[in-house]
Amino acid sequence: MSRPVLEVQDIVKTYGEGEATVHALAGVTLTVERGEYLAIMGSSGSGKSTLMNILGCLDVPSSGTYRLDGVDVSELNEAQLALVRNRRIGFVFQSFNLIPRTSALANVELPLAYQGVKPAARRERALAALDLVGLANRAEHDPNQLSGGQQQRVAVARALVSEPALLLADEPTGNLDSKSTRDVLAILDSLNNEGRTVVLITHEDEVAAHARRVIRLVDGQIVQDVRNRPLDAARIREEVGA
Amino acid sequence: MSFWEVFKFAVRGVSANKLRSGLTVLGILIGVAAVILLVAVGNGSAKSVEDSLKALGTNTLQVQGGRGGATGYRTDLTLDIVKALQDKESAPDVKSVSPVVSSSQTVTFGDTSYDVNQVIGTYPSYFEASNSKVGTGGGFTDEDVDQASRVAVIGATTASEVFGTVDPVGQQIGIGGQIFSVVGVLEKKGSTGFNDPDDVVIAPLSAVQRALTGYGPVSSITVEAVNADAVASAKAEITSILNAKMHVAEGARSTPYQIRDASQLLATRTETAETFTVLLGAVAGISLVVGGIGITNIMMVSVTERTREIGIRKALGAPRRVILTQFLIEATLLSLAGGGLGVGAALIGGNFKIVGIQPVIVPSSVLLALGVCVAIGLFFGSYPASRAAGLRPIDALRYE
Repeated sequence: MSRPVLEVQDIVKTYGEGEATVHALAGVTLTVERGEYLAIMGSSGSGKSTLMNILGCLDVPSSGTYRLDGVDVSELNEAQLALVRNRRIGFVFQSFNLIPRTSALANVELPLAYQGVKPAARRERALAALDLVGLANRAEHDPNQLSGGQQQRVAVARALVSEPALLLADEPTGNLDSKSTRDVLAILDSLNNEGRTVVLITHEDEVAAHARRVIRLVDGQIVQDVRNRPLDAARIREEVGA
Repeated sequence: MSFWEVFKFAVRGVSANKLRSGLTVLGILIGVAAVILLVAVGNGSAKSVEDSLKALGTNTLQVQGGRGGATGYRTDLTLDIVKALQDKESAPDVKSVSPVVSSSQTVTFGDTSYDVNQVIGTYPSYFEASNSKVGTGGGFTDEDVDQASRVAVIGATTASEVFGTVDPVGQQIGIGGQIFSVVGVLEKKGSTGFNDPDDVVIAPLSAVQRALTGYGPVSSITVEAVNADAVASAKAEITSILNAKMHVAEGARSTPYQIRDASQLLATRTETAETFTVLLGAVAGISLVVGGIGITNIMMVSVTERTREIGIRKALGAPRRVILTQFLIEATLLSLAGGGLGVGAALIGGNFKIVGIQPVIVPSSVLLALGVCVAIGLFFGSYPASRAAGLRPIDALRYE
């Protein structure tokens, strides 16, 4: 087994100063191995979004170290962080966050464009990613011509097109109906089965049930860390069909 | 990420809101067109002054008297002085001397009555000195001057005003109630200045003095130098003759006369016109700056409106530089589009007369306006662009 994808050591995040200080994260330590499927649960205000933002390099912790794919992220400057977000992390947001008035294909191509991939290669890889989420026939549609479920699948395609080490999903099904939720979760499941590391944030038990490991946050601390299915054993059992 | 790629993002950003982009472009368009056109108008008026002065003849000097200057002697310009100036010994660089009396008179022909701008009484040499060519008919001769013949040569404007379609040559006209016969019509010089050089009647000096102005001093003396290079030496010769005649003390600070040459006149008038141009340009420049502020305003709105989009782009790994470049290109595109269209509008507008002046477009003003446009785009776009680039992705994504 190679090095862990995520290594979080005693991360603290505080907002404000003096008496108004809020401890959003009060010392979180977490290690996520390659190929894991982790769900972070917690009620609102538990610090799960803060944790997600830090894991996604959108925010920096007040103290503690965070190693992503072996790289100490807390020491990087803004330009290097942009590079890390581009190469190593794929984001899926609750509100899809596709760029308006821009075709699904162009949206998926975007991370590759920032990477400097040539247009022809970019298009090929973006189409392949769209095909993976079953939307190859919608490539030229603008976001407002797609249903919520379809938009979220485009967002998943965009997140995985740059082959990131980590797929981060922040309440990916929060704005979706039950059918679309099943579609999107099915895609995440299959991506994990192919060996991709997936971290998703949710407050729904049904969604968390898809994950192999569930941690619970309360007041900025991990209070529960449950492995639903062992990492490798699970896959073996599925393959045998027991 | 290539520049071309960022450029395409910027084009998409600008075209996403066509009406807003269009209005911003309009602001710059008006500014640029105003700068180019107003400078062209100023330049056109300077050029017309220049042309009209050139039409007066560049070899000529004008002596004007009656400026007081207490010397205790007569300082009027008299025919005696004219004779002295004609002396080849003391004034070898002078080709001809033409005394001029001028007055404004009413010209009548049949039922037509017309106030002519200038009735000039002079010598025949005046025609050459003042660059006036006789078109039809003929001029008058020294003999006519000696005999005070009632003959007149009229300007093109006067001819058409008084005679209409009738051929003026050989007709009798009344000038200030006195009968003169028209012997010739001058070629058109073209109206280029503040007064029309074609609105004129030229008659023998003695006839005009006898019939209209009386035998007083002449209003001015037009002196023609032998060639353009001799103007300065002719001027010196005239000065010394006049000083002697009028008893002006050596090194006197003011003289009772004034000698003006066309180039001097040209310089003063051109200077005036240039001041005029600078003034117009400054006014137009203000509107260009206002247009530039419009760009800042629109880019600020655009950045605010697209905060979320910027957040998404940053989350996907857009480097700060790419965001900055994108918004700078957007601003520059707006100002360049405005600039280009403004130049087009100015080029079209330059074909029409504006307040009676044919604008003459200065190529450097076009380049300047376009350069200023790019500068405006970069300058006024830089604040919104750096604000967009400086947004923290987490804040930008949370923005509603």
